[in-house]
Amino acid sequence: MATVETTLESVVIRFSGDSGDGKQHTGNKFTNSTALLGNDLATFPDFPAEIRAPIGTVAGVSGFQIHFGSTKINTPGDRCDVLVVMNAAALKVNLKALKQGGVIIVNTDGFDAKNLRLANIPEEQNPLKNGSLAGYDVKEIDVTKITRTALAGSGLGVKEIDRCKNMFVLGLLYWMYHRSLDNTIKFINSKFKKNPAIAEANVKVLNAGWNYGETTEMFAQRYNVAPAKMEPGVYRGVMGNQAVALGLIAASVKSKLPLFYGTYPITPASDVLHELSKYKNFDIKTLQAEDEIAGICTSIGAAFGGHLAVTGSSGPGIALKTEAIGLATMLELPLVIVNVQRAGPSTGMPTKTEQADLLQAFYGRNGECPVVVIAAQSPADCFTMAFEACRIALEHMLPVFLLTDGYIANGAEPWKFPLTKDLPEIPVSFAKERENAIDKYLPYTRDNKLARPWALPGTKGLTHRIGGLEKQNLTGDISYDPENHEQMVKIRQQKVDLVENYIPEQMLSCGADEGDLLIIGWGGTYGALKTAAGQLIEQGYKVSHAHIQYLNPFPKNLGEMLKRFKKVVVAELNNGQLVKILRDKYFVDAIAYNKIQGQPFMSSEVVQKMQDILTDK
Amino acid sequence: MSELTTKLTAKDFASDQEVRWCPGCGDYSILKQIQTVLPDFGRPKEEFVFISGIGCSSRFPYYMDTYGMHSIHGRATAIATGLKSTRPDLSVWVITGDGDSLSIGGNHFIHLLRRNPDINILLFNNQIYGLTKGQYSPTSEQGKVTKSTPMGSLDFPFNPIALSLGADATFVARTLDRDPKHQQMIYKRGYEHKGTSMIEIYQNCNVFNDGAFEIFTEKGTKKQETLFMEAGKPLLFGENIEKGIKLDGLKPTIVDVTEGTANDLWIHDETDLTKATILSRFFDDPAMENHFPRPFGIFYVNENKSPFEKLFNDQIEFSKTTYGSGDLDKLLAGKETWVVN
Repeated sequence: MATVETTLESVVIRFSGDSGDGKQHTGNKFTNSTALLGNDLATFPDFPAEIRAPIGTVAGVSGFQIHFGSTKINTPGDRCDVLVVMNAAALKVNLKALKQGGVIIVNTDGFDAKNLRLANIPEEQNPLKNGSLAGYDVKEIDVTKITRTALAGSGLGVKEIDRCKNMFVLGLLYWMYHRSLDNTIKFINSKFKKNPAIAEANVKVLNAGWNYGETTEMFAQRYNVAPAKMEPGVYRGVMGNQAVALGLIAASVKSKLPLFYGTYPITPASDVLHELSKYKNFDIKTLQAEDEIAGICTSIGAAFGGHLAVTGSSGPGIALKTEAIGLATMLELPLVIVNVQRAGPSTGMPTKTEQADLLQAFYGRNGECPVVVIAAQSPADCFTMAFEACRIALEHMLPVFLLTDGYIANGAEPWKFPLTKDLPEIPVSFAKERENAIDKYLPYTRDNKLARPWALPGTKGLTHRIGGLEKQNLTGDISYDPENHEQMVKIRQQKVDLVENYIPEQMLSCGADEGDLLIIGWGGTYGALKTAAGQLIEQGYKVSHAHIQYLNPFPKNLGEMLKRFKKVVVAELNNGQLVKILRDKYFVDAIAYNKIQGQPFMSSEVVQKMQDILTDK
Repeated sequence: MSELTTKLTAKDFASDQEVRWCPGCGDYSILKQIQTVLPDFGRPKEEFVFISGIGCSSRFPYYMDTYGMHSIHGRATAIATGLKSTRPDLSVWVITGDGDSLSIGGNHFIHLLRRNPDINILLFNNQIYGLTKGQYSPTSEQGKVTKSTPMGSLDFPFNPIALSLGADATFVARTLDRDPKHQQMIYKRGYEHKGTSMIEIYQNCNVFNDGAFEIFTEKGTKKQETLFMEAGKPLLFGENIEKGIKLDGLKPTIVDVTEGTANDLWIHDETDLTKATILSRFFDDPAMENHFPRPFGIFYVNENKSPFEKLFNDQIEFSKTTYGSGDLDKLLAGKETWVVN
């Protein structure tokens, strides 16, 4: 039977199976091969918090979704076209993510009595047998058996053989979507350099998957997804946490300052530490401290000493760092605080995404303690905003919050990475030494940005003391003077406000300058909101979308932009935080649209909601 | 480290700030002894950094004309770790109290000792919370009646020396505010030690806990109750130095040296951890019968453990020599790229 070739604009595939099964790994391999083919793409891993949750259970299901296409891809996709399930629990968890009529590739071995029991499905309700999947295109394959057969006589044990199962599925999908096996084979051979038998087995099963598509009659369709029309240039794939690390390193190079990252491991921020710790030859110094507080405090010590100092964590860790952020504000030293947000409060849902730490970043300290707050909107944008966080902290001598979230931290997308020479310099100058100075050194004098001089210990003639007690203006001595306190509070606020002169104006990501509805978002919801706005525009609605990266202070033109639309909706993955700030600052009658499920927005649900708002439903 | 051609004086290390501890506070003596010994180190004052937490003692950096930071409660140790790791060229001192280092900052304190950066800790132990006006502290004796414990405190006190040895500190010493010469000697030894020097200072709070260490400082009791340890010398004490300590296996006993047992007395060895551990447990309530005297001096020194900042920066240097200085363009490109035309 001849296969039919179909060309698609975009496809969403979700790999799912046991968390120990290597679904993330399979997804990443598919991603790399797809990127090399020139498709635009976005990915979203969805894994349980437990490292090894009980095998075969619903709690242990791990998923990886990739959306790739020949057009601009903004999100990992709402629902998938193809769902790969390695066991019954994976089907139970992920079926709702599959489009009506979608393809399910099933490993039938994962639906035996034991697996059904583990997934809490009564045997008589086996979905492969009770007709409940009639609306889908189900491809039943005994992947386990085929893999074992393919590797019979390889001399490998059953455990090792079964680990190759994913390669079968990967090979089959490569066949279905015309991706080359070369890159994955290259990767396998390099990864198992020291164990050629394992490498050979993986390659063999990968080929078996391809051949299965080619020779059996189960798959009548193959699909072409042409390369996307992307801006010309050299690209790579990048994940958000990785991009944060690269942005920090780039800022270290461009400011000519060694980087210090004091931190404590926490999901989903730890990968920033892992990544940075690899690059000691870039003068990147990482310290895994005894706790979150020591993480930021070691960074404050490094900032005092003249390093580009950064700390990173997620919500609960940021809560612990609160007092030290206040100290850094008083000291007026440069410090970057990265918060890779996760669902809260308290421990919350560590592996699930949320945007509920915005008010914490804005206000979560004692006293009047303003800091600069910026947010990254996509995996690759994490690079730009991490660089920006450093630039602002160093140029303005103050703490800067960089907000990302679990969704973009672990998500990946193609990135047209910059060249070093195209990145702006970050000029830093330390206070100069003074020979035989008789007059007292004044550590709290200020430049036109109200930044105070960075006077490093070890510099002659500049000895001075700083601390958390209120400072007398100019001298930095302790002061309880009422007028001085008020003046210093105002200065610290003004210092943050002045940053608005050194950030870009707010742009619209799509839509006209005025209209019926402006969708405002911030952070990792960029892709979903932009896609939704685009669809609404196509449907004829006068809708625009603006995504705010600079949150405190806001871009100067934001208030004026809000006024040009009849309605303003603020869409956030929280219970309404940015909307409060916008209402407060601009007296705008903004409508809050919120989702608090630990999951990103689906563009389809945003479209639906906006239609309701536009038609006053 | 720069060398000075002309020696500085104690006055050079005094800032223009008026010292505001209560009159009669033991802190004055500590400040004076530090200002007295610093010129002996022959380094310019800009190379010294004093970092403190919160508490009466933590005002100390304001009075020093060096670099300084009066930080937040319990965290001076962590801030100092960050500074020393990135700036090994500086002489970093942590000023802390019993509440600051052993209650709110207990975690950072033990981890600082475990990491062993070349930082000197001056732990002002007055066994009371002074700045908050008189609550019991983690070194207060059990049963302490204070504003917060009108029926007496219930928790047992920390033994800072034993705690430090337990955390594998490499320099552990005790001195007292009333003994300027002893303080100066200990500060110099602490400065010379390459690694964290934990120096506990018995410091009298004459407002909220006056006389806490009287028994170790007053004429009538001092000689009976204190044991001044000196390396290579026998452990002797008493009104007329008539008593000594002998080790019976691992069990210390007090002997009368006038009875001709002087030859088998315990000779103090600063490098012996087992003996230091036993000495650290000379922590009896002086009201107990047959109690041991309280030791002062250096309990333990270990010069064999590399300071943290050296290991920390050695890795950076090793990485640079092995892989060459980082190439940002190469790093940004990553392992796999593709071209879109």
